[in-house]
Amino acid sequence: MPDAIATTTRELTYGEAVKEAIAEEMRRDSRVFLIGEDVAEAGTAFRVLSGLVDEFGTGRVVDTPISEPGFTGLAVGAAMAGLRPIADIMFGDFLTLVMDQMVNQAAKIHYMSGGKWKVPMVLRTTLGAGRRSAAQHSQSLHAWLAHIPGLKVVLPSTPYDAKGLIKAAVRDENPVVVFEDKMMYRVKGPVPEEEYVLPLGVADIKRPGSDITIVATSSMVPVALGAADTLEKAGISAEVIDPRTIWPLDEKTLIESASKTSRVIVVDEGYARYGVTAEIASVIAEGAFFNLEAPVRRIGAMHVPIPFSPPLEDLTIPSEKAIVEAAQELCGK
Amino acid sequence: MSGPMLQTGSATEAKQWIDMYRRMIAIRMFEERVNELYTQALMPGLAHLYIGEEAVAVGVCQALRTDDYITSTHRGHGHCLAKGARPDLMFAELLGKAVGYCKGKGGSMHIADPDTGNLGANAIVGGSGGIATGAAFAAKYLGNGRVTVCFFGDGAVAQGLLYEAMNLAQLWKLPVIYLCENNLYSEYTPNTECFAGNILDRPAAVGMLAESVDGQNVRAVYEVAKRLVERARRGEGPAFLLCNTYRYRGHHVGDINREYYRGKNEEQHWMSERDPIKSHGAWLLAQGFADANQLSRIEAEVKNEMDKAVKFATDAPYPTLDQVEDDIYA
Repeated sequence: MPDAIATTTRELTYGEAVKEAIAEEMRRDSRVFLIGEDVAEAGTAFRVLSGLVDEFGTGRVVDTPISEPGFTGLAVGAAMAGLRPIADIMFGDFLTLVMDQMVNQAAKIHYMSGGKWKVPMVLRTTLGAGRRSAAQHSQSLHAWLAHIPGLKVVLPSTPYDAKGLIKAAVRDENPVVVFEDKMMYRVKGPVPEEEYVLPLGVADIKRPGSDITIVATSSMVPVALGAADTLEKAGISAEVIDPRTIWPLDEKTLIESASKTSRVIVVDEGYARYGVTAEIASVIAEGAFFNLEAPVRRIGAMHVPIPFSPPLEDLTIPSEKAIVEAAQELCGK
Repeated sequence: MSGPMLQTGSATEAKQWIDMYRRMIAIRMFEERVNELYTQALMPGLAHLYIGEEAVAVGVCQALRTDDYITSTHRGHGHCLAKGARPDLMFAELLGKAVGYCKGKGGSMHIADPDTGNLGANAIVGGSGGIATGAAFAAKYLGNGRVTVCFFGDGAVAQGLLYEAMNLAQLWKLPVIYLCENNLYSEYTPNTECFAGNILDRPAAVGMLAESVDGQNVRAVYEVAKRLVERARRGEGPAFLLCNTYRYRGHHVGDINREYYRGKNEEQHWMSERDPIKSHGAWLLAQGFADANQLSRIEAEVKNEMDKAVKFATDAPYPTLDQVEDDIYA
């Protein structure tokens, strides 16, 4: 954890880190409020925000009807009119319902108004399969938002990153979409007691290595780290890099690592076709081509709707095994 | 026309009615210039004219404070002017010039102006329902007493977002007025083909106070808008106001041959019998608030102002190419 500063550290779950970030920002700035379905007494469907309503009241932790376009549009207008909304979209799949508000409204208002209005809002949502929730509750659609100028897209992969990046997102003057891996909420990790904010647009080298670079996002970071452990036993030193934000994208760190190791795998739980892995592979191919020993390899979700049946669902998600095999092939070992 | 909110019989009252006349003339003349600029190929893009509907924007915005908010539509020039926008900066925006309201980045369908509380015109039909409701949420949260008016046309009545927004506003008693300008046509389609039932039954379904008014009578629009706006400002909740009006011109300037969706007789009837400017002018004369010379003088002054504004915009430079990536992020 290269970002960690020498400080008192305890273990928090990813969900606790998310909640702590939001609570701290709400204490710091009275304009910050939460809005979404079952965010108050229920504390969200994943119980991530439990207790916030007790501290901040229903005026600032606002339960809505099941009405994603309505409350997301409301968040856009509230942000323009002086507040700092954090809107909660329970499942990333429901982004389809709010695309006009995010893509045509939030993303464009600053530009279309010649810089006169701004939309400082956060949209929190989830990604990732594996909960046996089938095709409408399991998608990873972050590439859609990263495609749009005017939005920023954040993908924390640890409790530490979740806290620091969400605090930065709340303080940002632009619409920021945060994707949380719903399978990660109970995963624990070190989080300092002292306050910290992580800048958007700075990648983190989760594990240094010299033979191959594995660029991994969100849910795929622990999978890549697992693969790196296995590869080490096979004599391959893998460097695992997490971009942490896919826009802005820390191209420099990615290209430097690729240039150093000369071999790259990019792994992301979204679809590989026209996806985040495609963009990152392209950035690396353009920036490090003459230092590469092999074509950049992409690993994403299979190009199918996420199936319900457990053995089928598991097949669609990028696996540690797939990363290990690809790395061995690229390294010729 | 009298009501508790009017300072009856005073010079202030006369000034207000005359001022509203001037604003309607300004919108009409602004739009006629837009038509000229467009048909002479001097204006790029699209132009959706507000001619015929002037009394709605003027009557409603007269009931608002400068710091109250509006959201506008693709047919939004009238709303922006009525809320206080400057014609010169608007023309500059319409021509894509750097000095325009949005530095030339927005154009005709996206005029926005924080100084006059204009959250922006929106080119997605019904697209600002959420934004307007959010501005009202913020006003209530911050306790600043501002009211938001969400302008939309009858075409937006078939869009879903509006109903979600109205549901939230009514649940939370937000200070917002949903202002439906029923000009009878959704683009090129009569609205009888666009929605079932009655428009006013829709706000009624969420228990929202809903009224309708003759949108060609600026005084009637003002009076009801004032009442609903002040009610919202007192914290008594949102309202829906249906203004029955008529779009004299096509959906946009290029929509010339309209016989397939409406007849010339219908257009002539509205223009000769229901014109908001003519009828308000006649009322001013009949009430003795103004004489004919005064009205002619207003017309001449506004014409002069529009001449200058068009010249200002025509002479203004385009943005430099290095500005294309400015203002993507704040």
